[in-house]
Amino acid sequence: MAGRPEGGVPRQTSRKPAPAMTTNPILTITNLSVSVRGEEGSREVVSNLSLALARGETLCIAGESGSGKSMTALAIMQLLPQPAARISAGSIHLADTDLTTLDERRMRHIRGDRIAMIFQEPMTSLNPVLSIGRQLTESIEAHTSLSPTQARRRAIEALIAVRISEAESRLRQFPHELSGGMRQRVMIAMALALEPDVLIADEPTTALDVTVQGEVLELLRDLQKKHGTSVILITHDMGVVAEMADRVIIMRHGRMVEEGKTSDIFARPRADYTRELLAAVPRIGSGVGRQASKEIAEAAMPANVADVKDLHVRFDLHGGIFGQVTRRVHAVEGVSFSIAPNETLALVGESGCGKSTTAKALAGLVPYSGDIVVGGRNLSGLGRDERKAVRRDVQMIFQDPFASLDPRMRVGDLVAEPLLIHGIASKQERRERVAALFDRVGLSSDQMELYPHEFSGGQRQRVCIARALALRPKLIIADESVSALDVSVQARVLDLLKELQREFGVAYLFISHDMAVVENISDRVAVMYLGQIVEMGTRDQVFSNPRHPYTRRLIEAVPVPDPTRRRSRFARLDQEIPSATRRIGEAPLKLALSDVGDGHLVAAEG
Amino acid sequence: MTSPIAPDLAATARMPLKPRAGVWRRLVQRRLALLGLVIVAVVVAGAILAPWLTGYDPNEQMFDGLTIEGSPLPPNAKFWLGTDLLGRDLLTRILYGARTSLIIGIVANGIALFIGTLVGVTAGYFRGWVGSVLMRFTDLMMAFPALLLAICLAAVFQPSLWIVAMVIALVNWVQTARVIYTETSSLAEREFIDAERTIGASAPRILFRHILPHLLPTIIVWGTLGISTTVLLEATLSFLGIGVQPPTASWGNIIFENQTYFQAAPWLVFFPGAAILALALAFNLIGDALRDILDPTQRGRA
Repeated sequence: MAGRPEGGVPRQTSRKPAPAMTTNPILTITNLSVSVRGEEGSREVVSNLSLALARGETLCIAGESGSGKSMTALAIMQLLPQPAARISAGSIHLADTDLTTLDERRMRHIRGDRIAMIFQEPMTSLNPVLSIGRQLTESIEAHTSLSPTQARRRAIEALIAVRISEAESRLRQFPHELSGGMRQRVMIAMALALEPDVLIADEPTTALDVTVQGEVLELLRDLQKKHGTSVILITHDMGVVAEMADRVIIMRHGRMVEEGKTSDIFARPRADYTRELLAAVPRIGSGVGRQASKEIAEAAMPANVADVKDLHVRFDLHGGIFGQVTRRVHAVEGVSFSIAPNETLALVGESGCGKSTTAKALAGLVPYSGDIVVGGRNLSGLGRDERKAVRRDVQMIFQDPFASLDPRMRVGDLVAEPLLIHGIASKQERRERVAALFDRVGLSSDQMELYPHEFSGGQRQRVCIARALALRPKLIIADESVSALDVSVQARVLDLLKELQREFGVAYLFISHDMAVVENISDRVAVMYLGQIVEMGTRDQVFSNPRHPYTRRLIEAVPVPDPTRRRSRFARLDQEIPSATRRIGEAPLKLALSDVGDGHLVAAEG
Repeated sequence: MTSPIAPDLAATARMPLKPRAGVWRRLVQRRLALLGLVIVAVVVAGAILAPWLTGYDPNEQMFDGLTIEGSPLPPNAKFWLGTDLLGRDLLTRILYGARTSLIIGIVANGIALFIGTLVGVTAGYFRGWVGSVLMRFTDLMMAFPALLLAICLAAVFQPSLWIVAMVIALVNWVQTARVIYTETSSLAEREFIDAERTIGASAPRILFRHILPHLLPTIIVWGTLGISTTVLLEATLSFLGIGVQPPTASWGNIIFENQTYFQAAPWLVFFPGAAILALALAFNLIGDALRDILDPTQRGRA
């Protein structure tokens, strides 16, 4: 393969299946440093990184945010954000070509053709106004001398290879007509259509639901086996690493912390940081030690903090010439549950299942029908002021702590704001209370004068927690509150939430898509699917004895952070999850929940 | 729980600059903003002190202000900026014209900005039928030729400087409202607004404390852009005889009176044009600096 012409000459030789695992590495990075010019001068985001990627190998680069893993990928592609970031030292060799010395025109021939990349968010990396077919054939035609008809055939082959049904008619579809998983598969098809030597996948499944994630990972693995492509997989998820990697590089602050075979890293991590990282990963089957706090709660306070009965949330979609309601999104369809003091109820499900909408209805952010009773008072029967008073008892922590804090206010004022709004305490007392809250959530009280952007993600989420706690609510809704955090930070925030529960006796409605996290924190679990609860019970009932097929699939699909338990097949969806949008008059079938013992409720299969 | 250790002391020790208290000081620390302030100060001073700064009457048609052939004089030792077609001293007219133009550029533009922001924010935040009614009305105003509307309004009322200012305000708020509406509706979708609602914040509180500060950059940009548009709109109205009545000078009508002689006497257009430009630029510089100073995420940047 050596001595291949660089540039736009179409490759004929490489269409043969590549030999598996030769000793010659396909990609070699030597002493690579990337620096970014910022306000305080230049800063290294990747320092002195060296690695070699063998043919047919899967190398995972794992690390938390800011570890420089994505910058490494962009450096290989020569796509570093201009003009701030540049390669300050080192070389990147693709076979015998040094990519760092190539000009943009020659690099363009390499990109897509010999090194392809797939990104995290498949919606934003596809052009929304061009059809799938157009985008696929465009890249094929750009890099080969195939005729349009041949390019089209190649595109269809690529779609079939990524297991997309009705490939031919899909070519005419637009990105928004496909689901997230489908879109990511199209991205993979695009990347692999030209049979590159190296595929760089930057968090390819992070934006996907867990059941879809398994499918995409499996697909990547199969395709790699078939074509002998070398894969660099960039991820923060140790579960994905364990499922996929031959070799792992752990990065932190731009430096390589540890490198080794996957089994070695998981079994015998040498670096302290690796050990911490692995210890912080939530695992299904490790959620113990919560029973103690629960018993106290049941003894102390008998009444529920919140009861939700037959909750419906529907959004009207207007259409037609006169803008009449033609269809409705049935986001939440008859959900009922109750939460006891000091209890954590987890609401799990995949995107679009209505879990966040349920939370929003409870927090008073969307109109609903049905009954929500907080502290014994039904919200729908109350006036504005009374409702405001009752709402004090329900506070919410959002997913993205940066988006949920007003960037133009000081964090001290933000935490004091709920007190101010409800007219609690004098100015001086408020200050003291806020300082105490800061203390309690692990921030220092002189950070009160700072603005949200001056904090890290985990600290910002602590600010949000302090804010939610300020009114001493009885119920805190945590909507994916730890999903956006790095695992080590996530573990600490979860611990904080548990401590606060013991201390204040607050109940949590914990909404998450991450089964491992849910198992770690919850007392009871409710699984939602298409706006309805399909299974509900204590944590042990749901996790040790999942009865509904959807629950089972959800639990099975979670990548296990243990390379010895690697699966060859992931749980597969029989079909795409149907849409929650329905025509007027076509209400979805209401699922009946039946008790299978000790309050373990399961919906009949339908 | 532990009691906080003198939070005020700790805070002041960490943060050398208080945000609001130091706005003025930080404004004058910036060279460009200072330049803007100086220009505005010069214009204001010129407008107020006009009678003492020049020995001529703005409306006096001087015999020696024209050549023998009757054409205006270029800048010279006697008339620093030259004279106009009727032999009036241009510098004097520009100084007196500053009074009119400042009122139009600041008062009329300010009122337009205020109405536009109010309509835009209300429509953008509340949506529903309130938003629809307001925005359809705005669209209607946009579709209606502004000049025609101004002519109608000016015909109903007796033309005077203040009426002209009101007419200009009533015509000029529309674009601001559109832009502010779009921004508000996207802000209202942001998660921190939801977060405010969950802690029980009232609509006025959300609007004034959380949405308005984010709109400041846009408001400032539209405010400075509006200065030149309104000054020129006043000139247009004057030209049509429904603005400030001649012989009263305004920067706009000086340009309009003389634009046909641009090639023969370029200074007649150049100097008042430069004055409008300088004023707009000055406000732009101040606005730019203000935007950065008021945005905490920009703190510490040059």
